[in-house]
Amino acid sequence: MTDIPVSTSTPATAPNRTYAQMIARRFVSHRMAVAGAVLVVLLCSSALFAQFVAPHDPTTIDTAKRFLPPLASWSYPLGTDDLGRDTLSRLLYGGQVSLMVGIVAMLTTMLTGTLVGLAAGYYGGIIDNLLMRFVDTLLCFPQVFLLLVVAAFVPPTILSISLIIGLTSWMEVSRIVRAQVSTLKEMDFVQASRGFGASNWRIMLVELLPNIAAPVLVAATLKVATAVLMESYISFLGYGVQPPMASWGNMLTNAQGYFDTVPFLAILPGILITFTVMGFNFLGDGLRDAVDARLKIDP
Amino acid sequence: MRGDVLSYVVWRIIHSIPLVIGVSIIGFGIMHLAPGGPLAVYTLNPTITVTDIERIRVALGLDQPVHIQYLTWAKSMLTGTWGFTFFGGRPVLEVIVERLPATMILMGTSLALAMLIGTLIGMLGAIRRGSIFDYLSTTGAMLALSFPTFWFGLMAIYIFAIELRWLPSGGMYELGEEGNPWDLLRHLVLPAMVLTLVLVAQWSRYARSSFLDVIQQDYIRTARSKGLSTRAVLFGHAFRNAVIPLVALFGVQLPTLFSGALVAETIFSWPGMGRLFVDALNMKEYPILMGMIMFTALFVVVGNLIADIAIALIDPRVKLG
Repeated sequence: MTDIPVSTSTPATAPNRTYAQMIARRFVSHRMAVAGAVLVVLLCSSALFAQFVAPHDPTTIDTAKRFLPPLASWSYPLGTDDLGRDTLSRLLYGGQVSLMVGIVAMLTTMLTGTLVGLAAGYYGGIIDNLLMRFVDTLLCFPQVFLLLVVAAFVPPTILSISLIIGLTSWMEVSRIVRAQVSTLKEMDFVQASRGFGASNWRIMLVELLPNIAAPVLVAATLKVATAVLMESYISFLGYGVQPPMASWGNMLTNAQGYFDTVPFLAILPGILITFTVMGFNFLGDGLRDAVDARLKIDP
Repeated sequence: MRGDVLSYVVWRIIHSIPLVIGVSIIGFGIMHLAPGGPLAVYTLNPTITVTDIERIRVALGLDQPVHIQYLTWAKSMLTGTWGFTFFGGRPVLEVIVERLPATMILMGTSLALAMLIGTLIGMLGAIRRGSIFDYLSTTGAMLALSFPTFWFGLMAIYIFAIELRWLPSGGMYELGEEGNPWDLLRHLVLPAMVLTLVLVAQWSRYARSSFLDVIQQDYIRTARSKGLSTRAVLFGHAFRNAVIPLVALFGVQLPTLFSGALVAETIFSWPGMGRLFVDALNMKEYPILMGMIMFTALFVVVGNLIADIAIALIDPRVKLG
């Protein structure tokens, strides 16, 4: 659908604006996109600087200070959990873990999906057929089932969780990339490059890849959102990030036991997961509208 | 049935056979990723000796080469036992199928509600494009898709079961109330609400763009310029054409539906297939896990097949073959 974005929708009054400036303008005028970007920047910087911002160590146990309520003391602004660990610090460090998993999983997804899509779209024929039938087959499996089975087999570390999430969610990306590449490869600039004797690898990576950067970037943003959701869920079930390391998912598992007495322990991590996922979703949707005016759905 | 439709149905069924074989190979391959193999669960038990393990390995056919194991397993898939559980030795298919009704009740209710509400929201959003309602519903859908479903379930338990005490927090029936439809309904409300929310969010987005596509077409403008009322145009002309593409999405949504049901069932202890899956995961019951993976994937293959055939039957514009 999205071939090279053409500036058909740009008004004639702005002929000298570059493609990037055009996108930036459309993006900034998109309120939800800006809200998403602000959320993402806030969450990323709080995770990045968790070591400096967090008032306590996230794993230090202090049984004398169990279940402190939020806002009761300056030292523990969001209270403490069942082992007297500082909730704010755990949320900050948990965010670090969630975002790290989200980003590494996204990179895995994009790398696999782009390579498969490039190969299938560019070579066509039997390679295309085999790769796409493989994608069709994988898409028959509900992702959560696939994810949990593999996660139960592999010793859980941040890296292994990220890889598992990434390797079970690249299929849609490969379809997007393939569709783009199979139309692009017929265009004159690709033919010209081939005429100059460029190798297949060069054509794929230097000619084709930059031209599909826009939809790939959009997909990447949205994939961070789904990866964060997946991580929180498998950690919640006990197959993801393992205690005592904090993650928003396993903080929820823990909070479930004290639900009726200290509900805020379960409310806070959930809100942060929602904000993170929402931030990346809004950002991705805004980017999609900005890079291709014809795909604009929201008013 | 038109002759070309019949041949399309046959062609479409034949075409899903490679998919089924592919699904079985991937499903089988995944189980062989298990470190220590399917017997890892026994090696942790101190009362079981090495010779015992060897005996079990032979008894389960795990000493055979991989391709033989695959063929044995594929044969058991076709003959209908799907292997036997490690604990209790029951036929896997039987264990899965007895959980099917609970899952079908939950998924069916949620799907029906989601299609109804989602189509309505999408339709209203499309005809009042740019209105406050459209803005709120698209933003709301985005918000709902950003919720971690399991957390939404936990919050629902906290509010409706713990604080307000209106509804039970989990299970399907109270003790001694088995088969009482009123009791079932009370237990169904929360899990169905959680699953419906996710589906409505997706469905309303699909429905909105499908209706937008249709109402921008020439024949709708013609119908309007004839002086027909909005309602007549909408239900007489637009509705059918906008809903047909959604039938295809039913097949696409099936994996999401299963994943959502798994989440809802684990949070609300709903005794369906999702709950069975998580229990099997915790007990390292590989035959059940493998059976579940195959069952859901085959369900998706068949669901897509049915959706495609349904479209061929109701939409004469679809190119067959």
